[in-house]
Amino acid sequence: MNLSHRLIFTGLPVAGLAAGMPAFAQTMDVAVTVPRLSVAEYHRPYVAIFIEGNGTPAKTLSVWYDVKKAKNEGRKWLNEVRSWWRASGRTNAFVSDGTSGATRAPGVQSMSFSSAKLGLKPGQYTLVVEAARETGGREVLRVPFTWPAKPGQSARAAGKTELGTVAVTFKP
Amino acid sequence: MKTLHTLLAAAVCTAAIATPLQAHRLWMLPSTTIVSGDDDWVTFDAAASNDLFFPDHQPLRAEPAVVQPDGTPGKVENMHIGQYRSNFDLHMTQKGTYKIVIRNGGVMGSFKVNGVEQRLPRGTTADKLATAIPAGATDVKLGETLSRNEVFVTSGAPTETVFKPSGEGLELVPVTHPNDLVAGEAATFKLIADGKPAANIEVTVIPGGSRYRSSVNEVTLKTDAQGQVSVTWPGAGMYWMSASASAPSTAIPNAEKRMSYTTVLEVLQP
Repeated sequence: MNLSHRLIFTGLPVAGLAAGMPAFAQTMDVAVTVPRLSVAEYHRPYVAIFIEGNGTPAKTLSVWYDVKKAKNEGRKWLNEVRSWWRASGRTNAFVSDGTSGATRAPGVQSMSFSSAKLGLKPGQYTLVVEAARETGGREVLRVPFTWPAKPGQSARAAGKTELGTVAVTFKP
Repeated sequence: MKTLHTLLAAAVCTAAIATPLQAHRLWMLPSTTIVSGDDDWVTFDAAASNDLFFPDHQPLRAEPAVVQPDGTPGKVENMHIGQYRSNFDLHMTQKGTYKIVIRNGGVMGSFKVNGVEQRLPRGTTADKLATAIPAGATDVKLGETLSRNEVFVTSGAPTETVFKPSGEGLELVPVTHPNDLVAGEAATFKLIADGKPAANIEVTVIPGGSRYRSSVNEVTLKTDAQGQVSVTWPGAGMYWMSASASAPSTAIPNAEKRMSYTTVLEVLQP
């Protein structure tokens, strides 16, 4: 068996390898806090979560909008999630790639993306979370990260108006 | 029948005239240039005025033409001509970029009959010149004009079919697509005159909302040898952009053709 040869080449601690822990993170957890706002007319925000950088086309991870409206009328306001619309939305990939979902209520909204789903080449990226609210404003938060990431690494960004905290955690 | 050439040969003096500049700026202002719905509409205000985009003078009276993303003609709907501005709607049934355009061409000028100067009637075209200028007219001064006023709106992803040049007059060809403009980012446009790069011509850019500032904030640029000009937008909003150029007229001998191109551009926040 070649195990001893592998230990020498990769230089991994024996304990780590014995526990079966991979060198790089296999999962990216994203927690987006939709803020609870006291306004006269509250509508759940349209939110887009996407990754850009490293010279590749932007990749949408999740889009929350009024999917259930008749005749797809909910799409009318998607262009107000401006950065996302320009980077990716306008190609209309979101229509059929499984990233669309309903708008979400105030609170922490958590998602998990596997390495396979992300399909990222090694490099520098930015996770972008953008929210636009009817009769409200727009806010964009950016969280830079390196891929592949080490398990346990995390990063966050704090919004001021239309978004609360965006926390990104990398897991094995 | 007297031909144009005969008439001009008989004239004591035939000279090119400097065609007068537009006293007011003609604009078509869309409610938005970026649409994401599947069955959406855009509405337009159109007028000629000095301040942008403040209608206080004359409405646009001609119905604009529409070129759809697939290159076929479309039409505006619900056009209403009011006192100071017109309004019309566009139903966007296709995905891609639409072009809304007003094209005006004609001949301007004057001549003298028995020493009394007369102007050519408005709307005279080159083919009507022979009858418009009487025999024995002197001091014939003629100029040709060709103006284009265009605005672009996009449903979904921007496309470029509508930018296919006709090869006549001043036209805009995107390097940067007109519906992809962001504050702080430089945009590059290419202008062509009669199908060739319009080198070293003047381009003026004016941000809208001048009523709410003390300064017009007009920017004057020049196209380079390739007919290209680069604009960095100071902020989000609507901008009026216009260029003009001259060339010898091909329709009328010894006359100048004055060409202009005007558009309204929407710049969004990053």
